[in-house]
Amino acid sequence: MSFFKVENLGIHFGGVVAVDKVSFEVKRGECYTIIGPNGAGKTTIFNLIGLIYPATSGKLFFESKELTNMAPHKVADLGIARTFQNIELFEHATVLQNLLIGRHRHRKTSLWQELLFTPSVRAAELAQREAVEKVIDFLDLAKVRDSLVAGLPYGVRKVVELGRALATEPRLLLLDEPSSGLNPEETDDMAFWIEDIKRHLGVTVLMVEHDMNLVSRVSDRVLALNLGAVIAEGTPAEVQAHPAVIEAYLGKTA
Amino acid sequence: MNQALQLLLAGVAQGCVYALVALGFVLIYKATETVNFAQGDLMMLGGFFALTASVIMGWPYWATILFAVAVMAGVGMLIERIVLRPVLGQPAFTVVMITIGVGYVLRGVVTMVPGWGTDTFTFPTPFADGTFRIGEVIIAVQQVAVIVMTAALVTVLYFFFRFSKLGVAMQATSQNQLAAAYMGIPVRRVNMMIWGLSAGVAAFAGILLAPVTFVHSNMGFIGLKAFPAAVVGGFGSVPGAIVGGLIIGLVEAVAGRYMPEGFKDVAAYVVVLAVLMIKPSGIFGETAKKKV
Amino acid sequence: MRFLFKTGYAQDLRLFKHGGQVFWYGLLLALLLGAPFAVGEYGMSQLHFILIYSIVGLGLMLLVGFTGQISLGHAAFLAVGAYTEALLQARGVPFFVSLPMAALFSAALGWILGLPALRLKGIYLAIATFAFNIIVEEVLARWEGLTGGNSGLHLKPIELFGMDFGGDAGFYYLCLALTILSILALMNLLRSPTGRAFVAIRDSEISASCMGVNLATYKTLSFALSAAFTGIAGALYAHKVTFISPEQFTLLQSIELITIVILGGVGFIHGAVLGAAFIIVLPQIISLAKDYLPSNIAGSGLQAVVFGLVLITFIIFEPLGLYGRWLKIRTWFELFPFYRQGMFRRQKSYMKSERLR
Repeated sequence: MSFFKVENLGIHFGGVVAVDKVSFEVKRGECYTIIGPNGAGKTTIFNLIGLIYPATSGKLFFESKELTNMAPHKVADLGIARTFQNIELFEHATVLQNLLIGRHRHRKTSLWQELLFTPSVRAAELAQREAVEKVIDFLDLAKVRDSLVAGLPYGVRKVVELGRALATEPRLLLLDEPSSGLNPEETDDMAFWIEDIKRHLGVTVLMVEHDMNLVSRVSDRVLALNLGAVIAEGTPAEVQAHPAVIEAYLGKTA
Repeated sequence: MNQALQLLLAGVAQGCVYALVALGFVLIYKATETVNFAQGDLMMLGGFFALTASVIMGWPYWATILFAVAVMAGVGMLIERIVLRPVLGQPAFTVVMITIGVGYVLRGVVTMVPGWGTDTFTFPTPFADGTFRIGEVIIAVQQVAVIVMTAALVTVLYFFFRFSKLGVAMQATSQNQLAAAYMGIPVRRVNMMIWGLSAGVAAFAGILLAPVTFVHSNMGFIGLKAFPAAVVGGFGSVPGAIVGGLIIGLVEAVAGRYMPEGFKDVAAYVVVLAVLMIKPSGIFGETAKKKV
Repeated sequence: MRFLFKTGYAQDLRLFKHGGQVFWYGLLLALLLGAPFAVGEYGMSQLHFILIYSIVGLGLMLLVGFTGQISLGHAAFLAVGAYTEALLQARGVPFFVSLPMAALFSAALGWILGLPALRLKGIYLAIATFAFNIIVEEVLARWEGLTGGNSGLHLKPIELFGMDFGGDAGFYYLCLALTILSILALMNLLRSPTGRAFVAIRDSEISASCMGVNLATYKTLSFALSAAFTGIAGALYAHKVTFISPEQFTLLQSIELITIVILGGVGFIHGAVLGAAFIIVLPQIISLAKDYLPSNIAGSGLQAVVFGLVLITFIIFEPLGLYGRWLKIRTWFELFPFYRQGMFRRQKSYMKSERLR
């Protein structure tokens, strides 16, 4: 039984075929990266997997459960979390509150209990707080714990976004360009974290990335896309040497 | 058959007024993505200025139209400059509330002006009471005049937006203010002129409406019906505003004739709720999703 | 300056952050409890209204301030609460049953309004809510068999467990208790998962749903809860004015209700109470001022003008509302002399069309 399978996924916007019958499989515990030049359809695929866009063809399977037409919040309940390319944090809340919302799928209290704030709600809240503090420790966010997200620098917000996804205790983590906008130091940190997430937290990572250094460093397998279709798949070294990939990025020699 | 035609005409004539008010705030919405809840009250103020020109200063009908439109254009620009420019860029809800505040001020100030106050005034027009016959049907000249004048204005505006530099600039600012500014379009001045244009259109609508509802400080509440008109036609679409207005006018005429009492007043709102549930983007509206 | 030294997670969950807050709120409570002994009949009447509108303000704050929705039709829920109470009382139902029923019916109606609201945002939602208000108002006026139509309904004073709450003091304590309970309920919500889900919806619906928040459930819940609060206030309102008719629940009333949260400060619980106090006190001040103004200004239009100008001024100069202004003043004193200009300034943003992004 495969961990996460994409079968002939496709979407077109009017006449433009953004994703063209893409199939791949992600194994449990690995880090699988999708690369491709701009406009290749990488983020579109992510949005299809996250069920923000409805696919016009193809199926998605998570541990043999079909995801294809599920509502996004149900997908989250299964243990799939994601980050966004353009950072979709809750701007007017603190970092802590953002991370706590990540715990939403683990809540056990009912509305009436919450209105009265019974002792069981109090206990549940303390438990959620402890879980979130683990993520804060992991990502070194302790300093900005009580800051409003709106005032934080871009690099920190990307980390908070990662933290929020981790707070859901996912089994599959979708990272959309985790290093975009980060300086080399921050990218280094991101690489360490992705490795830690994979090895110590046991989370499977599916990511879209441009930075080939980061890709080579953390990925187990790579999928290369161009113009919405697959052009190569394999280890980072294999894909980087693949002629079709080189042509897509650099063009053909005349 | 006669009745049907008369009903049609009444509906279309009333619909024209809704269409014009809807047009006014669709223009503002297209340009600044804000909704002007004071559009009806601008219409009311325009009616009062026309009334003053006509009754107190004794000018002919056409002159009062030009006067009211010109003055209201100035008022519109002033409102934009003083009240709306400071909140440029704030969320839509905030701006809606400010326009609601403007509406209150307009209504209140009108009652304070000596000679206006809280009275109701009749507005003399050259078409009042005139009728003519086509076969068996008696048609009020007033209604035909409303329809013809609305059509004329809409045609003028069409050419304006399509072919004039200012019209194209308005389309640019409506889609992306920052980019338009980078392209050298004076965004703030264009916004100001859109408000002027919108208020002028409102004044025109007020003059057309005045013979029917008479001129008084609460005349603008009819403007509320323009919201359903804009939604039905598709918010953000100029032809939509016109078509939507006509549809609402017709729905009201039919409801008034065939449905029990009270339905006429809420017909527009029932229609808008239905449209919002089924196809919020209306007839000509655009649907788009946020790209993440 | 005060430093909060935290030693445990439980501290962050507390309602009162530090001893100073306990002291001041305790003092306020003492003053409020003693009010009937110090304040005359006129003052009592104003306090009744302030408390009633505070509860509406709390409901609206939940919906607008914390869930990011819009409602220009909340007078409809006030009406449903008021009419439910009136009709049930006329049939002999005791208050401790009719009050929850008023809340329940309003909540049901709020839930119904929430359904179309699922797909609507911004101006479309605003239009849907005021269309809803107008339709409800018309239904109340036409359904004469049930509601008495435009002739309205009368109410008798409240009797609860044998005690008469009809008098000034009795009614006041009842309203005060309900207001405090409402505040506590809202604060409890906000420090639990449901409240956080609401805030998530306000700030980013897409990522909220990707975090597992069922948008449909929580949006309709927000409307239902907001309506429930307003329904309770409606029941109290009905007893306060003793005579209700459809024309008390128009769109203009809805607009007044929404200005409670705007003037008070969107997103702050205190804002609901401050806003309510402001809109009750403002007309009184205007009436007093009328004696000093020339006659054509001091007519019926003055209230509209002042109201409009206040709304405009607040939105332009004090977008955080009354509570926001209080926060700034308090921070100035707390940080004295290190208060920095622009601490609360919001980022200026340029409008990019939401339609095509």
